[in-house]
Amino acid sequence: MSQSFDYSVVDGVLAELGTGESAVISILQHIQEHYRYLPREIFPYLSKKLGVSQARIYSVATFYENFALEPKGKFVIKVCDGTACHVRKSVPILERLRKELGLTEKKRTTDDLGFTVETVSCLGACGLAPVLTVNDKVYPGMTPDKAAALIEELKGEL
Amino acid sequence: MHLKTREDLRAARVLYGKSLAAQEKKILVCAGTGCISSGSLDVYDRLRELMEERGIHCAVRLEEEPHEHEVGMKKSGCHGFCEMGPLVRIEPWGYLYTKVKVADCEEIVEKTILGGEHIERLAYHQNGKVFEKQDEIPFYQKQTRLVLEHCGHIDATSIEEYLGIGGYTALEKALFEMDGDAIIRTVTDSGLRGRGGGGFPAGKKWSQVKAQKTEEKYIVCNGDEGDPGAFMDRSIMEGDPHRLLEGMMIAGLACGAAEGYIYVRAEYPMAVERLRTAISQAEAWGLLGENVLGTGFSFKMHINRGAGAFVCGEGSALTASIEGKRGMPRVKPPRTVEHGLFDKPTVLNNVETFANVPRIIREGAEWFQSFGTAGSPGTKAFALTGNIENTGLIEVPMGTTLREIIFDIGGGIKDGKEFKAVQIGGPSGGCLIETNLDLPLDFDSLKKVGGMIGSGGLVVMDDSTCMVEVARFFMNFTQNESCGKCVPCREGTRRMLEIMERIVDGRGEEGDIETLLELSDMISNTALCGLGKTAAFPVLGTIRYFRDEYEAHIREKRCPAGQCQKLKRIWIEADECKGCSKCARNCPVNAITGKVKEPFTIDANKCIKCGACVEACPFHAVKEG
Amino acid sequence: MVKQEFLTIDGIPVAIEGEKNILELIRKVGIKLPTFCYHSELSIYGACRMCMVETPRGMEAACSTPPKAGMDIRTNTERLRKYRKMILELLLANHCRDCTTCGNNGSCKLQDLAMRFGIDRVRFPNTAAEPKLDESSVSIVRDQNKCILCGDCVRMCNEVQNVGAIDFAHRGAKMTISTAFEVPIAESPCVGCGQCAAVCPTGAIVVKNDTARVWALLDDPDVKVTAQIAPAVRVGLGKEMGMEPGENAIGKLVAALKHMGFDEVYDTSTGADLTVLEESNELLRRLEEGEHDWPLFTSCCPAWVQFCEKNYPELMGNVSTCKSPMEMFAAVIRENNRTAGRRKAVHVAIMPCTAKKFEAARSEFCSGEGQDVEYVLTTQELIRMVKESGVVFSELVPEAVDMPFAYKTGAGVIFGVTGGVTEAVLRRLASDKSATALKTLAFQGVRGLEGVKETTVPYGERNLRIAIVSGLGNASALIERIRGGEHYDFVEVMACPNGCISGGGQPFAHAEEQAERSEGLYKADQVSRIKRSEENPLMMELYGGLLKGKVHELLHVEYPLAKGAE
Repeated sequence: MSQSFDYSVVDGVLAELGTGESAVISILQHIQEHYRYLPREIFPYLSKKLGVSQARIYSVATFYENFALEPKGKFVIKVCDGTACHVRKSVPILERLRKELGLTEKKRTTDDLGFTVETVSCLGACGLAPVLTVNDKVYPGMTPDKAAALIEELKGEL
Repeated sequence: MHLKTREDLRAARVLYGKSLAAQEKKILVCAGTGCISSGSLDVYDRLRELMEERGIHCAVRLEEEPHEHEVGMKKSGCHGFCEMGPLVRIEPWGYLYTKVKVADCEEIVEKTILGGEHIERLAYHQNGKVFEKQDEIPFYQKQTRLVLEHCGHIDATSIEEYLGIGGYTALEKALFEMDGDAIIRTVTDSGLRGRGGGGFPAGKKWSQVKAQKTEEKYIVCNGDEGDPGAFMDRSIMEGDPHRLLEGMMIAGLACGAAEGYIYVRAEYPMAVERLRTAISQAEAWGLLGENVLGTGFSFKMHINRGAGAFVCGEGSALTASIEGKRGMPRVKPPRTVEHGLFDKPTVLNNVETFANVPRIIREGAEWFQSFGTAGSPGTKAFALTGNIENTGLIEVPMGTTLREIIFDIGGGIKDGKEFKAVQIGGPSGGCLIETNLDLPLDFDSLKKVGGMIGSGGLVVMDDSTCMVEVARFFMNFTQNESCGKCVPCREGTRRMLEIMERIVDGRGEEGDIETLLELSDMISNTALCGLGKTAAFPVLGTIRYFRDEYEAHIREKRCPAGQCQKLKRIWIEADECKGCSKCARNCPVNAITGKVKEPFTIDANKCIKCGACVEACPFHAVKEG
Repeated sequence: MVKQEFLTIDGIPVAIEGEKNILELIRKVGIKLPTFCYHSELSIYGACRMCMVETPRGMEAACSTPPKAGMDIRTNTERLRKYRKMILELLLANHCRDCTTCGNNGSCKLQDLAMRFGIDRVRFPNTAAEPKLDESSVSIVRDQNKCILCGDCVRMCNEVQNVGAIDFAHRGAKMTISTAFEVPIAESPCVGCGQCAAVCPTGAIVVKNDTARVWALLDDPDVKVTAQIAPAVRVGLGKEMGMEPGENAIGKLVAALKHMGFDEVYDTSTGADLTVLEESNELLRRLEEGEHDWPLFTSCCPAWVQFCEKNYPELMGNVSTCKSPMEMFAAVIRENNRTAGRRKAVHVAIMPCTAKKFEAARSEFCSGEGQDVEYVLTTQELIRMVKESGVVFSELVPEAVDMPFAYKTGAGVIFGVTGGVTEAVLRRLASDKSATALKTLAFQGVRGLEGVKETTVPYGERNLRIAIVSGLGNASALIERIRGGEHYDFVEVMACPNGCISGGGQPFAHAEEQAERSEGLYKADQVSRIKRSEENPLMMELYGGLLKGKVHELLHVEYPLAKGAE
């Protein structure tokens, strides 16, 4: 267990959600909300507090798409590639974003931790397809150019 | 207010019913995810500001004693017509204003609120015709809204309003006038079938859980609407959350369960927020919690947020996820009704199913039977999306034909193109074509043609869609979302995807179709869960109807729809080329050569089909297809 | 009387006799329905889909379908054969197919089924041609590219052993079996019990192979190589060596080792006698000291010791200070060799156990001359060496173990099965030394292949509360109960379910064969001339000679965490 890591955030989450095994997912979600990813230091700590093996917590964390084991950018951009968005040409938007930010399918976060670009299978905003979200805010009716303009705008807020 | 008795509840309903009736004018600004992202909250704020400036009393909350001449100012749930958002509905006239901007607000207050005048500019137009009232718009006219009746019509964050329109009447009836058997009998007689995909009779499921002799039982609501292209459940959770709670509590009462779990997709933060609000309201009002209305019935409600796994829409994976585990489906038996959540008997239904319950209890089985078909009574909500004029959320009686949905409600194919196919029920549903247009949509008719309603996504595709690419897209989706547990799904879908990728990349081989069919057959028959069993359906369906497209890709390395990037041909039409050399200068791989003022040519071997030349040509002489 | 119910399997009526699923019934009638992920002792996972059968209701996985009267089950239809072949083809497409160099060559289920079903082509590109090895552990080697994700190891490690070293990670086609953050297995909570390797149907987890090193030793004329053979090894050879299941092959084993070049061969049962005497003394001392809240735990099993160190460090003070029989014996042999000759002496232990490899390498068991046990060979490795040597094992003429340690007792032999240590200690403690008393002892709840056994034995004025657990999951559960206030005086823990007879280094055995192995050991006890450790003439000799003044140094150990733990 890391000596230098401050576990007060984790303790706070555990105080709210308890240490039952069934709370694992909620606990990880809360921790991730704070750090924007799951720091490695929390695993041995949670393992001890919950009485669940680290391998088991890791197995849960890697099963669900929303958990990140690497730090994410300040702006997490999720491009919807659900059916409705896909047939209304969401892929060029994704490609443009990646090009603008120098990201790829593998490299999802910019080195300055400014942006993370990922896809999501459906945001349920199909009527406005194609859409993307920035930190959960939905942007409707996107085009590659609009997406590029949005990036420029967000860069100003970094 | 804490309601302690049946009389308290009745009194509250009368009180708020009156308050609601006293609001002669109401402004309902849609606060569904769609409209919010189009800026509806700014519209709301502006309208309020303007009204306050003019000294009009705005009732943001429903008060016990309404102000005289007050105007109800509400954030409603989704109207379903998201593409036209932000939507503003104004009562008592039933006007629907579309694409409302902040700049329009002043006019709305001046003309409509103060003057009662309709603003034609903001109304919905179709084929040159103006539709003044919401109900007159063809998109709504052909619909029958039972489950979605309140969505867009009431303030989704107000329990007072829900009470005011008769909310919790069904719970009251169930608590005081019915026992478990009577409730189940009503649900069974109504013929309500699970709206989540399989269409299993809800009453049967409930009675099986009731029959279990365990003390602990659970009611679980599947709100993990993962099918891409579906957002019915989201709209209910966001637009009418109390209705869902009421339905679940009635199920708890019927089956002897005291706890409920709502599992909501991670991508639906607002649904979670609205449900949380609704739960704390219901608790504060004494409608949820210990000893509801003094009857001894107690019910506790939990919300679980998904963490991004489509497979959690499968029942046993969903319960595993609530238990804090990997969402991997388990073998059955034992069935969920016997050993479900925490190994206890569990009723697992989806949002729409539970949302149907309150009105069935209130109005009876026969009333419900009067909608839909004999085998599939009631209505069904569909999310109508894709290449169609009017996208959005609709609700129609079961048995409505695809043609009515696509052409009457949906307004036909976008941009005057031709209808090609519709994907129904998400990636694991099926593909329906022209010849199926007059098929009545209900559980059994669809099953006969190898499709399924699924959760109710309808993605319409026009003739510019490449069906091989669509199948590849779905295969990619299911493959990504496979939990990896059973061999057929994990390894089989991965190999199918490999083959599909080869085909759309122009590397298809003779025999690929046969291998795909063989894999599909094996996967459909041996996979562990529903996701796996249906994983191959999109490929099977498209091979059945569009085998020629597959063959063109494989044999001729040609995409008939011209969509597959790698199979695209790009050429310069000599007659139209003026020899300006702009294309050659824009080509990143120097594939274009020629003499100035003479037609240029593209070396197909060098061309990477990026399309830069197509965009660059000022004379539209570079063609692709 | 309840009416007997029947169903039909491939047209033949079969009686339902309480089977949990139709797979058990199908196998009962002698049909070898293929499976990868079914183990009767693990929970039902239902992932390999090889055991699909056809019923009028459709396709069903036999492992997860309970039998119902009147069912009409088909196990071998054209469709089923086609699907099974396809599943095998898919598994092979994603599997390293260098069978000849695989540690599990010849005992691989995938290989076996591919042969049975005549898989003569794999249409899909191989995505796992190169090995992906984790060789960090001294006990086991993992190769991810041979993994078929049946999950047997995960369920064993978690459900049965409660070790939690590995689990599934990621999902879909990216799913793997992994430690947390994919750290090398040696850095995980793994205790080296090897049960994962025992249940692995392929070569994805195998016992670490030290045979080459031992061969090199045997070839070195300047080295004297001695060996000790653990009790469970003699009954674990089975059909691979042409023996009946559970048949005691100690004599042939000695002969084979001699043939291969071992200079002297001893029996670990002799070391076990030392353990009995020392552990009994320790127990008696504790009882005399008076009230202890916590019991004395046995220390023979190195996987248990490591499990305790990693998970219950505060309990290490309650773990017996006795070395394991292997290490006690090795120390005595080392001491003996000191005076015995000029050649450098190296000691090799033949064990049913993968964790012994770890124990041998612990610093506590090293002297200036190196490890007391230089190499540990598991039964599986020994079998390989015997085969390699060309010896026809079944035809060997049995030989006796070497002097000066030729004496052993039945008490030492039964160490190989759960309850054996306890029974041996109780024989020592018993005041009634009659043959009848000995027999009664056998029926006091110490024998049998249950995971948790409890017994109360009168000793002097008091009753001794004793628990015997095998399988680390059972150990954890018992510790929780003790934490909850239950009192025991003595607790025997063996990490592997049923004890060493089912050790991770033994050839894999199903429940019936495990029972035969147990039977084999009790038979050996029955025919042994001496049945109580204290009556072993060698003991008196050792305590009077070689061990004089060195009992603590040679036979006891202080694990680091034990200091001040209690």
